[in-house]
This record gives sequence, structure tokens and C-alpha cells, in this order.
Amino acid sequence: MEPQSPAIFTEGLAKRYGKTTALAGLDLAVPPGTVQGVLGPNGAGKTTLVRILATLLRPDAGRVLVGGFDVARQPDKVRPLIALTGQFAAVDEDLTGRENLLLIARLLELSRKAARGRADELLGRFGLDEAGGRLAKTYSGGMRRRLDLAMGLLGEPRVLFLDEPTAGLDPRSRGDVWGMIRDLVAAGTTVLLTTQDLDEADRLAGRIAVIDRGKLIDSGTPAELKAKVGGQSLDVRPADPGQLASAGAIVAAAAGAGTGAPSEHDGMISVPLAPGVSGTGALAAASRRLGQARIDVTELGLRLASLDEVFLTLTGGTQ
Amino acid sequence: MSPIRGARQGLTLAWRSVTKFRHSPDQLLDVITLPIVLVLVFVFLFGNAVAGSTHAYLQYVLPGIAVQALMFASLGIGLGLNTDLRSGIFDRFRSLPIARSAPLIGYILGNAAKFVLCLVLVFALGAAVGFRTHGSIPAILAACVLIIVFAFAVSWVMALVGLVAKSPAALTAFSFVLIMPLTFGSSVFVPTGRLPGWLQAWVKINPVTDVSNAARGLMLSLPLGGGAAASLLWALGIVAVFAPLATWTYRRQQS
Repeated sequence: MEPQSPAIFTEGLAKRYGKTTALAGLDLAVPPGTVQGVLGPNGAGKTTLVRILATLLRPDAGRVLVGGFDVARQPDKVRPLIALTGQFAAVDEDLTGRENLLLIARLLELSRKAARGRADELLGRFGLDEAGGRLAKTYSGGMRRRLDLAMGLLGEPRVLFLDEPTAGLDPRSRGDVWGMIRDLVAAGTTVLLTTQDLDEADRLAGRIAVIDRGKLIDSGTPAELKAKVGGQSLDVRPADPGQLASAGAIVAAAAGAGTGAPSEHDGMISVPLAPGVSGTGALAAASRRLGQARIDVTELGLRLASLDEVFLTLTGGTQ
Repeated sequence: MSPIRGARQGLTLAWRSVTKFRHSPDQLLDVITLPIVLVLVFVFLFGNAVAGSTHAYLQYVLPGIAVQALMFASLGIGLGLNTDLRSGIFDRFRSLPIARSAPLIGYILGNAAKFVLCLVLVFALGAAVGFRTHGSIPAILAACVLIIVFAFAVSWVMALVGLVAKSPAALTAFSFVLIMPLTFGSSVFVPTGRLPGWLQAWVKINPVTDVSNAARGLMLSLPLGGGAAASLLWALGIVAVFAPLATWTYRRQQS
């Protein structure tokens, strides 16, 4: 069987604003029904990328296809397939939640009756039934995001662009929005997610593209990126902060003295595992020697490098 | 994109503007205060000086004040559009499969609702202080339609100014420079014949003179002359030039 053609495809995508290069030849291919995370420091070109994919901006060079259509030549074919949410697409604050949904529904040529039905259905699905009659400017951050997402989903898009969908939300609302995104992807929607929140990318994205200065620096699954950059590390937090140095020395020995320097943060020492050292072996050794030295610990664990470390390493700490 | 679908989308977006006015009546503050200020200032402050009698002057000046009020009301379009464009909501519209110019047309149509409200207020306030029309109902309606059609045409000019202005401050200054000679350098306050010759030359070519003469003629049952036809031609001409210009500017702003 032939591989499915990508839902989002860019090749040599370039965009300049005057003398500033926003995108300098970006290649990306996102298979349908997956979540592609896009990570990058501020000014890396994330916003420009999404604006071009959403037909709001014309690329200067390169080929850009969404759902198989060229965004520059056939924007009218692309627009019915996509939806934009997040910082790029605001809700209308001077309309109620229901009116916001009705507006989009009517613009998408639903009949009055169908528009009302769809608006009510989405208000229910996003837990906004009660708030539907209130002006959007009275909404909390979480409610506004949910309304934003509901407006984006009204046209049942095949490709959804999410820009920092949970920035500024409390943990519970964050979890809600993540759940909704997972449901959409399970139903076959392709999602391109830009975020500064590495935890979010780690939890949602099947693949992550790290971009900096308009170029793709690296891409892969979260696990691949973590393995590529940091490998594993052994972390220990002694119960008595005074024993930090001796605990660190024991763990470093167990980790095979490590490839990188041990780092200390907030009463915790983290030592990268030397190549070829078995994770379980090192953990068992560290546990045994700490016991022999009678050092009590509150935390001891083996951990894959975090995406934060990946990000900082790849972008050269420009963040 | 068929014109009919585009028009329907424009109407939906006009509904958006009108609904916003309903929710936030403070956005109507300009069209509510304008009639009050203009009627009171020009009738009671200048009435005696210009015509010798407040009552007689009211009959002459009110139709013209209606035109002036709508010209001032159209100032808000540039500013509103300029602010709206900066918010993300227009990006959402632009990414929808709708006619490219629908958001602009909808915005201007929705604002025409403000004109209707402003006009009603001018005439209601005028009637309360003693304005009496001698025209038939169709003639009065024709006068109102004429004024609104002209204001709608001027809206496109204001929209263009709002689209190209770099800052709200520059926009406000420029719109005032545009509107002042149009409204004050016209037959709104003083009959053309009583003005100095050099000013008459400008007043005679000023479309606001045509519109206020026509509105006055229709409401007071005076001989019409060519004012009504000239007003409509002006409105048509302004739309023919500025609607495509504004639409083109709006569409170009995507890249």
C-alpha cells in the first residue's frame, strides 16, 4: 500500500519581511490524523508558519500544501478544510458565546435552524450551555479557549491549527482542552500545535519539529528527541540537604561518572548516565550504596531527558 | 464565490455589527450625542444671528444638520475598522471559506444602522423643538433615503482611510480635515447666495450642498432643482471609486 499523502506538506518554505527572514527553507510533512508539535523560541517563525498554512500570508518561496491543495494558488480549496484557533483567531468579545458560534455557522452557510442546532450542540460539548447567553468578554480564560475551539470546530475541519491552546489556563482547564484535542485526533483530525509549553508538546504531539531562525533544527517523536539529546539521567534528592555532595558523589559513581557534568537544582542532583551503562543496574547500585552510606533520600529515580533539556540544547540556549 | 453568497455573508457580518451595538449601547454614544449637540448649538446659539429668528432658522437648518450629523457619524467607521483589524477576529474571517470582501462590506452595512438611528434622533429632536415638515410621507422618506445613501457612500472613503492609517491618532486627524470643509463649507447653515463669492465657488461643487438642498426641498416641499439627482450621482461616483479601492486595499493586506 502506498503511504498516505501528508495532510500538511511544506518544501523549501521561505518568507521574509523586509530584511528580516522569518522562514528560511522549511520542510515539513504531517501525516493525516496525527499531532505535529512545533517548538521554537520567540521569533523562530512559528507564527509565520501557521499564518501561511492558514492562507493568511503568502509564502515568498517553496511549496505549501494543505489537504493536497496549494495554499498560494488554491486558497479557496484550502479554507474549507482548515480551522484556526489560539492567539491568531480571537473570539468576538462583544457577542455572546452562542452568537459567536451562530456567526461562524451562518458564514459557513448553515440554515438558521441548523446553525442554532450546531451552536447548542457545541455549547453543550464544551461545557458552555450556561454561559452561552453571556458576552464573551465576561468569560474566564478557560471558557474563552473552549469557545475559541468550538468556533474552530464548527466547520468540522480536517486540519486544525492550534496556537498555544492552553497558555494561561489552570491545570484542570488544561487537562480538559488536552482531552478534547485527543478526541479530535482519534476522530481523524490532523493537528498542528505550536507551543512554548514543552510538557504540552510531550503529552499531545506524536512528532515534534524544533525550529529556530526559520529553519528546522530537528524533528522526531518526543522520545527520539529526548534520547538523541540527553539520554537518561539518574536523579537524587537527599532528605538532609547537607548530604547533597556525598549523595551526588555516590550517584555519579553509579552512573559511570556520566558524560556530562552533574547538575544541581533545588536540592536535587541529576547525573547523566554514561553510554553503555544499564539504567536498572545504575539505579540498583545507587540505591544500595546510598543505603550503605546511610543517606536517606526523598527522591531517587531514572529519567529520560526532559523536552526542556532537548529544547535548550537544540536551540543553543537562546530561549 | 457567487455574488449572492458573498452578499449573504456580508449581511451576516452586518448582523454582527448591529448585535454588538445592541449589547454595548456605549458604542452608539457618538450618534446619540451628535444630534443633541448639533441641533442645540446651531439652532439656539446661531439661529438669531443668522436668520433673525430661532424658529425660522430651525426650518431651514434641520435637514442640513441631519446630513452633517451623518457625516460626523461616518468618522467612527475608519476608527472602528482600524481597531477591529488589529484584533484577531478578522484573521478568523480571513481563514474561513467566505468572500474576501464580505467582512468589509458587512462592517459598512452594519454601520449604516447607526445612520438610521442618528437620523431618527435628529428629526425627533427637531420636531420636539419646533421643526415642522411640509412634505408628503414619500417625500420625507425619500429625503431620509437620500441622506443615508450619501452617508453610505462616504463610509467607503472613511473605510479606506481606516485601512491605510498607520495609527488611530493619524486617522482621527485626517478624517477631520476631510469632513470639516465638506460640512461647514456647504449650504447646510447659510444659503449659498449669501456667502462671499470665493466661498460660493467651493460650496457649489461640494456634494454636501446638493444633498442638504435636496433634503430641504423634499422635507419642506420646496422646488427641488437638480439637487436630488446630483446627490445620487455623487453617491454613485464615490462608491464606484472608493468601494473597489477599499476592497482592494483590504484584500492586499493579507500578504
